[in-house]
Amino acid sequence: MNVADITFYVYSITIIVAGLLTVTSRSPVHSVLWLILCFISAATMFILLGAEFVAMLLVIVYIGAVAVLFLFVVMMLDVDFAQLRAEMSKYLPIALLIGVVLLMQLVLAYGTWTYSEGMEARLVNPTPAPDEIHNTQAIGALLYDRYMLPFQLSGLVLLVAMIGAIVLTLRHRADVKRQNVLAQMYRDPAKAMELKDVKPGQGL
Amino acid sequence: MDGFFSTTPGLILIMAAQSLLVVGFVMISLLFLVYGDRKIWAAVQMRRGPNVVGAFGLLQTVADALKYVVKEVVVPAGADRPVFILAPITSFVLALIAWAVIPFNDTWVLADINVAILYVFAVSSLEVYGVIMGGWASNSKYPFLGSLRSAAQMISYEVSIGLIIIGVIISTGSMNFGDIVRAQDGDFGLFNWYWLPHLPMVFLFFISALAETNRPPFDLPEAESELVAGYQVEYSSTPFLLFMAGEYIAIFLMCALITLLFFGGWLSPIPFIPDSPLWMVAKMAFFFFLFAMVKAIVPRYRYDQLMRLGWKVFLPFSLVWVVLVAFAAKFEMFGGAYARWMVGG
Repeated sequence: MNVADITFYVYSITIIVAGLLTVTSRSPVHSVLWLILCFISAATMFILLGAEFVAMLLVIVYIGAVAVLFLFVVMMLDVDFAQLRAEMSKYLPIALLIGVVLLMQLVLAYGTWTYSEGMEARLVNPTPAPDEIHNTQAIGALLYDRYMLPFQLSGLVLLVAMIGAIVLTLRHRADVKRQNVLAQMYRDPAKAMELKDVKPGQGL
Repeated sequence: MDGFFSTTPGLILIMAAQSLLVVGFVMISLLFLVYGDRKIWAAVQMRRGPNVVGAFGLLQTVADALKYVVKEVVVPAGADRPVFILAPITSFVLALIAWAVIPFNDTWVLADINVAILYVFAVSSLEVYGVIMGGWASNSKYPFLGSLRSAAQMISYEVSIGLIIIGVIISTGSMNFGDIVRAQDGDFGLFNWYWLPHLPMVFLFFISALAETNRPPFDLPEAESELVAGYQVEYSSTPFLLFMAGEYIAIFLMCALITLLFFGGWLSPIPFIPDSPLWMVAKMAFFFFLFAMVKAIVPRYRYDQLMRLGWKVFLPFSLVWVVLVAFAAKFEMFGGAYARWMVGG
C-alpha cells in the first residue's frame, strides 16, 4: 500500500462518514459543517485522480463561496428540526417510492447500455496523458478555443439570470439612510464648520 | 540510508521533517513579527512598546504565549462546545497549511504543484470558516455580528484578489510560484519584476490583503469601539492565542504573496548581487513593516465605505486591468513585458 492508497481509503471513509452525519446530525449548522468536510474530501479525490485544477475549483467555488452563504442562511433560520423530523415519517413511503422508481430507471438505462463498433478503442485514451499537458491547460484549451462560443453564451445566460434576480428583488426603500460618498469626500473644514464668537452672558 | 528514504515510511518521514522546517520558520518569525508590530506601533505613537522581557523586550511574545497557554479555557454556558473549540483550530491550521506551496528559493518548496496560486487562494477562502464558526458557536450577539461582517468582507475582497492574481497568471502562463518568480528574472534586476508592468495592481493587492486579513484600517469584524472584539469576544487563553496566531500567519502569508507575485521572490534587486532566500525574507519583512505602519497611521473605515471600495472601485478596476493585460500579452505589446510565458505560449 503506498501513500496514494492510504490517502484514498482515509478520504473515502471520511466522505461516507461525513455524508451520513450530514443527514443524521441534529443541528442544521452541524449538518452544513459535515457537508463541507464531505466537499473537502471529495476535492482530495480529484487530486488523487490527477485533476488538481478541478479540485481547487471545487474548494474555491463550492466551499469558499456557496457553502459560506448556505451556512449563513442556516445559521439565521429559526427552524425546529425535531419537528421537521417528526413529519418525515409521514412522507417516507412517497420518498421511498420515488427512490425506487429512479433506481429502476437507472437500471433500465444502464442495463441496456451497449457500445457501438470501435468505441472501446476510442475510450482507451479520451484525454491526453497527464504528463504531456497540465490539466489547467487542457481545460483552458477546450473552453476557450474549441468550445469558445457555447462557453461565452452560457456566461451570457448566467449574466441575464443574475440581472433578472437583482431586478426582481430591487426596491428602493425610503427609510434607509443613504451615504453620499462624493459629498463626504469633498467636504472640508471651511464648509463643515462655522466658528462663532460667543459673548459671555448672552449666548447665541 | 538511501534505500530507506525511497520507501513509503521514509518518504513520509522526509515530508514530515520538511513540513516541520517550514512550520518552525513560520512560528519563530511569528514571535518576532508580533514583537515588531507592537514596537513599530509604539514608535509611531511615541511610546516605548514592550521592553521588559529579554533584551529590548525581544522575548515579550514568548512570555505572552506562555501566559495564554497556562490560563484556563472558559467556554460560555450556551456555546456549541465542539464547534467553539474547532473554530480557532481551523483558523490556525488553515493559515499554516497555505505555506506548503510558498517557495523560499529556486526549488526550496515543500509542494511544487502546478496550481499553487489556486491552492493558496482556496485555503484563504476557507479561512473565513474559522471566523464564522467562532462567531456562531459563541452563542452571543457581538461575536455573531462580527462574524457576519467578516464573512462579507473576506468574500468581497477575495474577488478582487482573484482578478489581480489572474493578471499575473496571464503574464506568466503558469500558476506555479516558482515559474512566476523565474519569469521575473532578467538583466535589469528590480526593473524586471512584475511591480513595474502591474504597478496599479500592487496597490490594489496590498489594500485587498489588508481587508482579507482583517487588518486595520479594515478590522471591522473586531472593531472594539462597536463590537467589543467581534468574533473573539468569548475566547480566552489558548483558543484566543490560536485565533491571534492564525491572523498573524495569514498576514505574513500575504507579505510572502506580494513578494512572490510582484517583487521577484528570492531574486536580487541589483543584477550583480547573487539571488538568495535572504532576499525573500527581507522583502517579506519590509512588507510586514508596511502592514504595521498602515495599522498605526490609517483610521478605521466605515463598513459601507469598505463594501463600496471592494465592489465599486476595486472590482471594476481589476476587471478592466485583466482585459488590458490579456490584450498586451496576446499581442506582445510593450516589448513583451506582459508576455513572459514559462509554459506553452
